[in-house]
Amino acid sequence: MTETLQPGTEDERIGVYVCHCGSNIAGVVDVEAVAGFAAEDLRTRGVVVARDYNFMCSTPGQDLIEKDIREQGLTRVVVAACSPHLHEATFRGACARAGLNPYLFEMASIREHVSWVHTDKAAATAKAQAVVSGAVERVRHHEPLEAIRVPIDAATLVVGGGIAGLQAALEIADAGYTVHLVEREPSLGGHMAQLDKTYPTLDCSACILTPKMASAGGHAHVHLYTWSEVEKVEGYVGNFTVTVRKRARYVNNDLCNGCGVCVEKCPVMVVDEEFEAGLGYRKVIYTPFAQAVPNVPVIDADNCIYFLKGTCKACEKFCDRDAIDFDQQDEVLTLRVGNIVLATGYDMFDARRIPQYGYGRLANVFTNLELERMCNAAGPTGGKVVLRDGKTAPKAVGIVHCVGSRDRNYNNYCSTICCMQSVKLAHLVKERTGAEVYNFYIDMRTAFKDYDEFYQRVLDEGVHFIRGKVAEVSPREEGDLQVQVEDTLIGRQQRIPVDMVVLSAGLEPRRDAKAVGGIFGISCSASGWFIEKHPKLDPISTMTEGVYIAGCAQGPKDIPASVAQGAAAAARVLMRIHQGVLALEPVRASVVEALCSGCRICNGLCPFNAISYDAARQVTAINSALCQGCGTCVAACPAGAIRGSAFSDEQVLAQIEGLLMANVGHPSEEAVTA
Amino acid sequence: MSTRLLFYPGCSLQRNARSYLDSVMAVRGLLGLELDEVEDWNCCGATEYVSVHRTAAHALVARNLALASLQAAGADTLTAPCAACYLNLAKTDQQMRDDPRLAATVNEALAAGGLSYQPGSLKVRHLLDVVCHDVGYEAVQAKVVRPLYGLKVAPYYGCQVVRPDPDGRWDDPEHPTALDRLLRALGAEVVDYPLKTACCGGHMTVIGPEVAYGLIRRLVQGATSAGAHVITALCPMCQLNLDAYQLEMNRHFRADYQVPVLYFTQLMGLAFGIAPAALGIGKEFVDAAPALAHIRDEAPEGAKQRRARRHRAEDGLPMPRMHAVEP
Repeated sequence: MTETLQPGTEDERIGVYVCHCGSNIAGVVDVEAVAGFAAEDLRTRGVVVARDYNFMCSTPGQDLIEKDIREQGLTRVVVAACSPHLHEATFRGACARAGLNPYLFEMASIREHVSWVHTDKAAATAKAQAVVSGAVERVRHHEPLEAIRVPIDAATLVVGGGIAGLQAALEIADAGYTVHLVEREPSLGGHMAQLDKTYPTLDCSACILTPKMASAGGHAHVHLYTWSEVEKVEGYVGNFTVTVRKRARYVNNDLCNGCGVCVEKCPVMVVDEEFEAGLGYRKVIYTPFAQAVPNVPVIDADNCIYFLKGTCKACEKFCDRDAIDFDQQDEVLTLRVGNIVLATGYDMFDARRIPQYGYGRLANVFTNLELERMCNAAGPTGGKVVLRDGKTAPKAVGIVHCVGSRDRNYNNYCSTICCMQSVKLAHLVKERTGAEVYNFYIDMRTAFKDYDEFYQRVLDEGVHFIRGKVAEVSPREEGDLQVQVEDTLIGRQQRIPVDMVVLSAGLEPRRDAKAVGGIFGISCSASGWFIEKHPKLDPISTMTEGVYIAGCAQGPKDIPASVAQGAAAAARVLMRIHQGVLALEPVRASVVEALCSGCRICNGLCPFNAISYDAARQVTAINSALCQGCGTCVAACPAGAIRGSAFSDEQVLAQIEGLLMANVGHPSEEAVTA
Repeated sequence: MSTRLLFYPGCSLQRNARSYLDSVMAVRGLLGLELDEVEDWNCCGATEYVSVHRTAAHALVARNLALASLQAAGADTLTAPCAACYLNLAKTDQQMRDDPRLAATVNEALAAGGLSYQPGSLKVRHLLDVVCHDVGYEAVQAKVVRPLYGLKVAPYYGCQVVRPDPDGRWDDPEHPTALDRLLRALGAEVVDYPLKTACCGGHMTVIGPEVAYGLIRRLVQGATSAGAHVITALCPMCQLNLDAYQLEMNRHFRADYQVPVLYFTQLMGLAFGIAPAALGIGKEFVDAAPALAHIRDEAPEGAKQRRARRHRAEDGLPMPRMHAVEP
């Protein structure tokens, strides 16, 4: 063990390390001049050593810091390199190994904030020097901090019972830990349960999904809440308190044995807008599909004759287990969990929004989801592909790609799954009807394992692929349709006569994604998908500790990717459970009660719900485990009563002072405007 | 209470589209519109002049804007019933807004006549826009005394009113529904007319008649196969091409289409109980009388009640449920 050097208050000994990052920084910033500036001009500010090095984050780079702390007795360290998001933890680790409290370190971003955004080398160097000067002034005011340690509750909440949520739930439950699985619909399964075959192997979707549903349904460690929604989440990582509303099914779970006689006897049939995508019918008391888990029906009170008119009760009369309960009320449950996995999925783009494609106007225009249901042997047509009349097989089918995707009028993003889904549907239609099938595409996107091979197979089967965005679908003669498209490969307008059109509608964020994100303290991107912590290196975590995302809730993806992300989220949760105790970043806000007037201005501002009001003592209190150290309340407090550790007023003002007092020579225009 | 609007009739309405002007004047009172005609207005230059000399073309149009703003006296909306006039007025206003150099040059030209125009000071709008979005469907419906029950109408917008739509007044530039809703408010049955914003050929009837005949046939055939009794137009050029040249087109293709083309203001007038002659009905080349004979006193059965969704095998598969039910 090395002797711990205590920071002196009078006479700080500061080390400054300037990283080249190969040519990432050194290509624009004169890193030697920055190090020289720190050594000379900032000597009076306590800098005793300043170095530049090719890769500070490498082991030899970190060794430099550790060696200087030990040999030169450094009390503060500044590294001028990339963003703290990337390597703050690395250099804090180096400080800690050398016996220096890791929070006596400050990172100056001269890559993201300087070299990557400027081209004028002299001005960029001057700016980098100012940024370093600010960091040096700031680090002088740092205080040694200790990590906050919180226990982790071993139970986990998984929201969403589609394939991503199922995977996460099963992996955690199989490891022996409790999972509370909440699903909005009456059954587990999600969108995958609606599909017929899955690409590229054409194995039956239900055949590979239902074993997982059954396994979750009967699992000793999985508590299932279907027809339920999360209403409130309080607490923080390791210690969440979750309020779940279990909507009334009007069928007693414990008494029902799933015999189905109630469904058979129910006299009212309505169009099934959910599971059958509007293409089929269901009874008013129903299970969405045969393999539903749980196999307990639910009454659709909006359409039930008893609820509308007060009579009927046919289901109750025929149920020999007295399981029908018209008086059942919603139940509100409170769960305690340590971690949360959000796998809330997606909504289909509503093809009615593009009227020139005719969905809802022209009978034989269908959506991809409708065709999936049609292809499914358990679907409304028993697996037969037919026109809207319910009996005629189509002779020519046009599949329109990118409906609502890659279109600046609707969604700019690519929905990623529709190309392969369209290819698969083309194969299924051809196989079942022998029809001519035309795919109208902008670009074919068949990346990933075995996908392009499948596309080539379908090409060989004689499916036509026409490159061009469809302008409109119009009626031709009785029932017939015409697809107007510019074939951009031959440079000609084409009018292709077909008798069936399938719109490959894209994926959209759940319509209530923003509100749901608000419940869990996470936010949505401009496109509306939940934002991950890092788009490449951490697509599973969110900015809220203990809340993970998986599946299409994070962005469009196919089944293998959803499964992988669900499993990855489970691995993170299991890691946390195994740790038992979590060390949290001590960068937190705290209230100086003597200064707090109880004005409550800060109360509504916290994006992490960490602030509460102590009415008895008339002061505001901040839950330090929930606080993420964003500083919003610190800035907002008119009395200066909220202190941000590592973000105190003194630290921030000192940093600004440092920036301004740097003698940056004669900056060119860019430095002034930047 | 009536709304005062500055009114730019345009040349067509003085001549070939006289029935458009007559019907506008006949319904304006019932719609609560006071139309204050711009004094000493001149031709808008139609579609041609701008391709000959851009600045001069804008100056020609801007003279009308300048005259209109002189007699504004509180009114800020300038409305035109002709699609081309509307688009030219709107385009000059917008381009003067976006391009201060153009605005300066145009104002320099106007200064020779002692005029000037402040871009953006007037709201230039097509008459259909004013009727649908200011007067409103409910107010129109309230004036209907003789609903157009049984009349099947193809709503034809043409290409100039809903595109490029610089101020975002229409619901969808590819598939607008404002005229559809207005016609339904009159009691008419609106057929699904996917060609509603396709081009009528404009002046191609003069430049290259065979191209124009192809376009006209497409529009007339589309309306016929959709079951329309009548096409409704909101542009004198569209009306002229589809009506007057329908005979030429028939001769060219040895076809026998007989689809009358009426202005939306004429149909409004009929529904308001105004005598056909006062609306200029009877002046069209393709006689509208047989089509108008389809108007019934009673609402057709199908329009009154929606088919109950009770599953029968012969019904086939259910159609997608549509959102808001329009009037």
